[in-house]
Amino acid sequence: MRRSRFPFIVTGVVLVFFYLPILILVVDSFNASRFGGAWRGFSLKWYARLFHEPAIWEAARNTLFIALLVTLVSLVLGTTSALALHRFANSRLQRGHYTLVYTPLVVPEILMGISMLMAFVAAGVELGMLTIILAHVTFCVSYVALTVLGRLQDFDFTIIEAARDLGASGWTAARRVLLPMLAPGLAAAALIAFTLSVDDFVITFFVAGPGATTLPIRVYSMIKHGATPLINALSTLLLALTFTTVLVSQRLSASGSLKSRTME
Amino acid sequence: MPERPGAGSRLRRRGQEILLTAPSFLWLSLYFLVPTFLVFVLAFRPADPFGGIGRGWTLATLRALADPQYLSIAWRTFWVSFTATAICMLLAVPTGYAVARAAPRRRKLLLMLVIVPFWTSFLIRVFAWKSILHPEGLIKKTLVFLGLVDANASLLYHLGAVILVTVYAFLPFAILPIYAAAEKFDYRLIEAARDLGAKPFQAFRKVFLPGVRQGLVTAVLVVFIPALGSYVVPDIVGGTGSELLGNKIAQRVFVDRNLPLAGAVSIVLILAVLLPLLAVLALQRQTKRPAGRDAKERP
Repeated sequence: MRRSRFPFIVTGVVLVFFYLPILILVVDSFNASRFGGAWRGFSLKWYARLFHEPAIWEAARNTLFIALLVTLVSLVLGTTSALALHRFANSRLQRGHYTLVYTPLVVPEILMGISMLMAFVAAGVELGMLTIILAHVTFCVSYVALTVLGRLQDFDFTIIEAARDLGASGWTAARRVLLPMLAPGLAAAALIAFTLSVDDFVITFFVAGPGATTLPIRVYSMIKHGATPLINALSTLLLALTFTTVLVSQRLSASGSLKSRTME
Repeated sequence: MPERPGAGSRLRRRGQEILLTAPSFLWLSLYFLVPTFLVFVLAFRPADPFGGIGRGWTLATLRALADPQYLSIAWRTFWVSFTATAICMLLAVPTGYAVARAAPRRRKLLLMLVIVPFWTSFLIRVFAWKSILHPEGLIKKTLVFLGLVDANASLLYHLGAVILVTVYAFLPFAILPIYAAAEKFDYRLIEAARDLGAKPFQAFRKVFLPGVRQGLVTAVLVVFIPALGSYVVPDIVGGTGSELLGNKIAQRVFVDRNLPLAGAVSIVLILAVLLPLLAVLALQRQTKRPAGRDAKERP
């Protein structure tokens, strides 16, 4: 049967729509002109200028530190959460637990930002790195929990029973069987938590306070104060990082599924 | 795991459950649940002159909401989100279908092309549009060159720009759930409908769309709800005439530092978010009851 070409045409248009603005931004970052639009020759001067902006590098260091810590904490909280949701599914406690884990995903960021800001102010907690980390963990836990839960649902728990029958203790079975098989899911969840933390602007903006600056907050103030060519250069570097991460993660998940296929 | 009878093991199981549940449960209660309730409580507190929260109780903050500007902004927020969601769906349904129907090799590439923007910084994607729509930017120059736009017209700082960039920002989130549903769809059903005399569009509307309903519902929610709380997009590409509820909340926090009033505006936003959620829940319960096949067919 002949298929309509219409959906494929729309897809083409959508992909151009997705990538054209990014492409223009990347090209402009090499443009000697201060404004985009007119090409005034190839130049790396915006990148050179970027390296002489200590504020950007300090923000980048903060961002990395926050993201690493957030990834670690939310991975622990999210994994225990997923294990509980999976093993004790349908208990009344888990139904409440699931609602609590799921709801932050459907709440607009600005509401989480304002509510946490109000809670920190009411409790007299000083705004800064600590409040940013607490806030980031809060929205990352749900993503980690649901990602790991998805993997657990595909997981064949009879393997654990086999290990137990062969004499492994509960702890050994968890460490030697469950953990390695769960590793790709944990890696995917860690990647999500890390990216969410690095990218977050709205919630961070609300709970950051004057002292602590992250990269998105820096980028935002640059957008507001019109440092266009510098943001182009910085964005291009971040985009390159994103593309590499996606490529690597695709490779990892591809080889992961290959491994599980050969194991069957 | 095999269920072993006996009070001791049941108690141990209960203990394990509490041990595994406690960390995330307590964390989310403390940093998500309590703060959300606090927004409702603090809206009844006066603001203190140092940008904090004062003592005593007042209804003045809620009365300040009666200001017609908030009503018109709430309405604008609703219809901007509605329009952006409608456009996203018009683009996402054919795209999700096309990706699901592509040959395996091509599908992998298409899927990755859809996922990459998903991982790209939101702020950067919004900023990219600011510089293209800029008076010195490429699109403006092209449109002026083609004589489609007056040289003095501004492409930035109005509602059209806000809707365009909102669609750009949230479209990947709409495509993925539709793709996920379309990938599981049994396309022989469409062939059957065609054999029975349905026109292509009829088969699409009466067989395909109901078949991917769950994906469509998810797609609508993941665009509409964040769009209602949108702050970055109207802040960067919108003007004073295109402010949304999110801008108002941020202004109360960062411009005049009136946290109780910011909380009161947030309550309006919370209600605006709850309405579509409850509507979807009610709709799903209604459509599920008479049909009731979904649950039975699945093993």
